[in-house]
Amino acid sequence: MTAVVSPPAARPISLGPRTMRALEALVIPLGALIASALLFSVFLILLGKSPATFFSLIWTGGFGSSFSIQNTLQRSAPLILTGLAFAIPARIGLTLIGAEGALVLGGFTAAAVAIPLVTGGIAPVVTLPLMALSAMAVGAVWIGLAGWLRHYRGVNETISSLLLSYIAVAIMNFFVEGLLRDPASANKPSTMPIGDAYRVGSMPGTSVHWGLAAGLVLAVALWILMTRTTFGFAARMTGGNVRAAKAQGLPVGFLVVACCAIAGACAGLAGFYEVAAVHGQANASLVAGYGFTGILVAFLARQNPLAVVPVAIMFGALAASGGLIQRRMGMPDATVLVLQGIIFVVLLVSETFYGRIPFLQARTTGDRT
Amino acid sequence: MTSMLSRRSLLKAGAAGLAASALPLGFARAQTPIVLGAVYVGPRDDFGWNQAHAVAMDILKQVPGVTVIEEEKVPETDAVAQSMESMINLDGANLVLATSFGYYNPFVVETAKKYPNVQFRHAAPLWNEATDPKNAGSYFCYLNQAHYVNGVAAGLSTTSNKIGFVAAKPIPSVLSNINSVLLGARSVNPAATVQVIFTGEWSMPVREAEAANALIDAGCDVITCHVDGPKVVVETAETRGVKSCGHNASQAPLAPKGFITGAEYKWETIYKIYADALAKGEALPNFIAGGYHNDMLRNSAFGAGASPEAVKAGEAAIEALKAGKPIYVGPLKDNTGKLVIEGSMDNYDPVLDGMNYLLEGVVGSIT
Repeated sequence: MTAVVSPPAARPISLGPRTMRALEALVIPLGALIASALLFSVFLILLGKSPATFFSLIWTGGFGSSFSIQNTLQRSAPLILTGLAFAIPARIGLTLIGAEGALVLGGFTAAAVAIPLVTGGIAPVVTLPLMALSAMAVGAVWIGLAGWLRHYRGVNETISSLLLSYIAVAIMNFFVEGLLRDPASANKPSTMPIGDAYRVGSMPGTSVHWGLAAGLVLAVALWILMTRTTFGFAARMTGGNVRAAKAQGLPVGFLVVACCAIAGACAGLAGFYEVAAVHGQANASLVAGYGFTGILVAFLARQNPLAVVPVAIMFGALAASGGLIQRRMGMPDATVLVLQGIIFVVLLVSETFYGRIPFLQARTTGDRT
Repeated sequence: MTSMLSRRSLLKAGAAGLAASALPLGFARAQTPIVLGAVYVGPRDDFGWNQAHAVAMDILKQVPGVTVIEEEKVPETDAVAQSMESMINLDGANLVLATSFGYYNPFVVETAKKYPNVQFRHAAPLWNEATDPKNAGSYFCYLNQAHYVNGVAAGLSTTSNKIGFVAAKPIPSVLSNINSVLLGARSVNPAATVQVIFTGEWSMPVREAEAANALIDAGCDVITCHVDGPKVVVETAETRGVKSCGHNASQAPLAPKGFITGAEYKWETIYKIYADALAKGEALPNFIAGGYHNDMLRNSAFGAGASPEAVKAGEAAIEALKAGKPIYVGPLKDNTGKLVIEGSMDNYDPVLDGMNYLLEGVVGSIT
């Protein structure tokens, strides 16, 4: 966890640096959230609106009833996966913002793969895993490409992944409006619907689709991978200092491309669920911005795969209650975006507090991954 | 909160009952409070599609016994299903108006199945009696009739005889609007042509401005459009000093010098039918299609860009459409020379819903 520059054995062991670190990682984002809420309250008061009403509506809309909770979770499902898609490459020091493209391309691939399988009458039991795997594979290749370009050609991965996103959307549009267009979709070009029998249903007793469960499982699995395995250790070491990692003989190129591929697979899987659980076909609705919201989610979670889950749920709740706020308070849609923006900025500022709040420091300070 | 809302509606309904004798509207005697949830895909003040709906909602808000709750910028993803469910569960909505094309399938259909006691109506002719739930339905206006009037007025206001049309996507409803502008213009000015540029997206302001500029550079002196928000197109035409015709809602304030007229929806006619039926406890019609003959369209008031002859001919065209005058009268060829319409088509003929051609006289291609 700690040894980025120096091996852990070289440091004096004090009681609980890890605990203090965890506490710090909890207190600072929470403080940032509270500060954002206060700032936003000032904004509301200036507009002549009641902050109390606002936050109680966030609660009502996000968690106030079983309907609200399901609404929140349903919206969180893709955000967990796209949050992971940003968080994993971030651990190896890459700022990849192309999850949107991998999601769109993954969803499109799932829909395209489904066409021959569904028309051929192949059972859903076979078809759905094939759709999911191909969506993940295509997502992995897409983001992996950005990683490959980064490592082997020195192309800035932030720019390349963003541009690849536009290409991904264009590729989907090209096929959806042309070769793979369902003739019945006259006014909204779409691929052939996969049909109810091939849809991924909801989790028992809820209206939330299985993408949420997939996100939870992946979040735990990736947390284990990144913190409890040699792969994760090597990846984080590379993220800390590429030269040192190379000097240690770590396969940096492989690690970079692998982390990117994992990220792409997560986003591709989100695309699969959008098609198989939500839309039933691929069309322009796949371009919903989940990939970009995932960046915010991962940032707030400080790139910790486990923390991505509660943060995604918080964003889901904000989205779920946004409509209620519009309807009850007569405020524009942008209100929740203002809150999100404030959270993001305060969060960036709060980054500067790490290692500087005395009571949160263990005896040793300094290096963090 | 739900109880508070319905209490407020009840109070309104009670007050309405007292005032019923003084009110001309049938649904003043509301029994059930009507909570009408409206979902928009874009902002309510977009000078376009969403504004046309929101203006109609504003009129409904004045109706006693009707509470209107609105949500804007809801994307065509499962977010719309969530929004509709939230309106039903948290606000007690009993009529949901989903106003964007992509909301229908699967979201309106599936939500309607889940909430059989709530009525859903969707603004596009997509409801299928055989397969779709009975508590869902469609409403739609044939805006091409008002575009025909645009064409008539434009045909008499142009000096270059070239009308520019910025179009979103080459789908039937858009193509019908382009062709109707041409037929309207040709009905008064046989030399008129319509030049079209497709942007490929419903809302792509930069490309819309480029398209408008390109059309003006090509000599068009009247610009009109079919995109979600015609603001950019109309403003571009105005700053370039050419005339413009509007689409969806009134863009007259954007072009004080060059605005001729615009094709506008009159959704309030339909929404009042719904509110009225709900208040009386009657079943809502599942399918309403309208045009000039049943007061579901209007043209924006003629602006400074319209010549006196254009105003006169435009008004005459409106009267003729109200009386059922057909727009598509054959023989008509498309702009590749193929005969596409032989005889005279009724303005509501379903064959026209499958339009996939540009008529001879339209400069442009759909592929």
